[in-house]
Amino acid sequence: MSKITYKDYQGNTKTIDVEDGLSIMEGAIQNNIPGIDADCGGSMACATCHVYVEENWLNKIPKVEEAEVDMIDMAFEPKKNSRLSCQLIVTKELDGLTVTTPEKQS
Amino acid sequence: MIKTDVIIIGAGPAGLFAVHQLGIKGLKAVVVDNLDKAGGQCIELYPDKPIYDIPAIPSCTGEELTNKLLEQIKPFKTQFYLNERVDEVNQEKENWIVKTNNNNQFSAPNIIVAGGVGSFEPRKLSLKEAEKFENESVFYSVKNKENFKNKNISIFGGGDSALDWSLELSKFSKITLIHRRNEFRGAPHTLNEIKKLESEGKISIKTPCQLVSIEGNKNINSIIVKFDDGKTEKIQTNVILSFFGLVMKLGPIAEWGLSMNKKAIEVNPQNFETNKKGIFAVGDICTYPGKLKLILSGFHEVALASVECFKRAKPNEKYRFEFTTSSKTIQGRLGKND
Repeated sequence: MSKITYKDYQGNTKTIDVEDGLSIMEGAIQNNIPGIDADCGGSMACATCHVYVEENWLNKIPKVEEAEVDMIDMAFEPKKNSRLSCQLIVTKELDGLTVTTPEKQS
Repeated sequence: MIKTDVIIIGAGPAGLFAVHQLGIKGLKAVVVDNLDKAGGQCIELYPDKPIYDIPAIPSCTGEELTNKLLEQIKPFKTQFYLNERVDEVNQEKENWIVKTNNNNQFSAPNIIVAGGVGSFEPRKLSLKEAEKFENESVFYSVKNKENFKNKNISIFGGGDSALDWSLELSKFSKITLIHRRNEFRGAPHTLNEIKKLESEGKISIKTPCQLVSIEGNKNINSIIVKFDDGKTEKIQTNVILSFFGLVMKLGPIAEWGLSMNKKAIEVNPQNFETNKKGIFAVGDICTYPGKLKLILSGFHEVALASVECFKRAKPNEKYRFEFTTSSKTIQGRLGKND
């Protein structure tokens, strides 16, 4: 279990214990966290599980792959710290991570 | 009004294989889909990407799978109604009446909803003011090239659609191609062409930057983009074309009185019937304990739903389980008997 904090665009936060091995996206869906749609179910085909990762975490999380960057092009208001939460698998190293969801996903 | 045994909503892999499972049981079906071609997510989201978990097919792309499914259902000569979205579903005695946004009407005792995650629609620009210019000077697709002649066109996006239309429209308009990062996703050949036109001054490329505002009243006069380093630039623009792919919207499905759980339709996993008798849901759009959003699950689901459809379409006939390998009747329906 690692503590993951989901912050919405207005700053409201919810911290959840997410099982290691699940994605940040799955952690949100299973716990009814709003702000993550995940239309394609995690196949990196829709960009509706888009989140912003806090800058100081960017080096600690798995590096973004090209296919993910391509998909982020499609996301709502992408930024430098944009990631698809379906590609972020929870491990002990991510304990304490905060992700912020965009105003909307599409 | 077109009468049939089953109305299939959605032409993705589950919808296509439903045609097969119904067809071998002697049932007629029509297929309605909002996209301009069959294949659903397979053709729209990953036509070139490999799928490795179709039983007995070690690897195939989304497009290959779609083509194989279409080939498999060819004997049934099923009518497809593409570019049409089902808007209304109403009950009339034992039958369901389905109306599309193209004013087609269908009547059948069964509906199979194989709608994936809903219908695909273009992803809109995130800037709110873009909305009031939509279909006047902001477009998400090019229907008629003639409307894009002798204009200042700003094209947003970094993929094939943005690149291909930049090339095509640069023949008779001034193009600015705008993308949030320096890298484009596109065929190397297309990228070379774009670079060439840029060096000839026919296309202007602005990266890495994003749209911050649109200026104009009835028509657009100019747009302002902001670069990553904070600088802004005003670009003379009459027309904005934006290509950020498609999003899936559940749309009218939510209003048909079906019992839903989040964005999925609850079904009985014995026959994939919804809370409405004669309306079935299969594939990604259905949910039941243990549901997996896999293509192979969709195939299983349509097989079981088709049995229940048979009982409703032919209440006076006994359903008899048969194998395609040995049934002369099925082989006849598949056009295999000489």
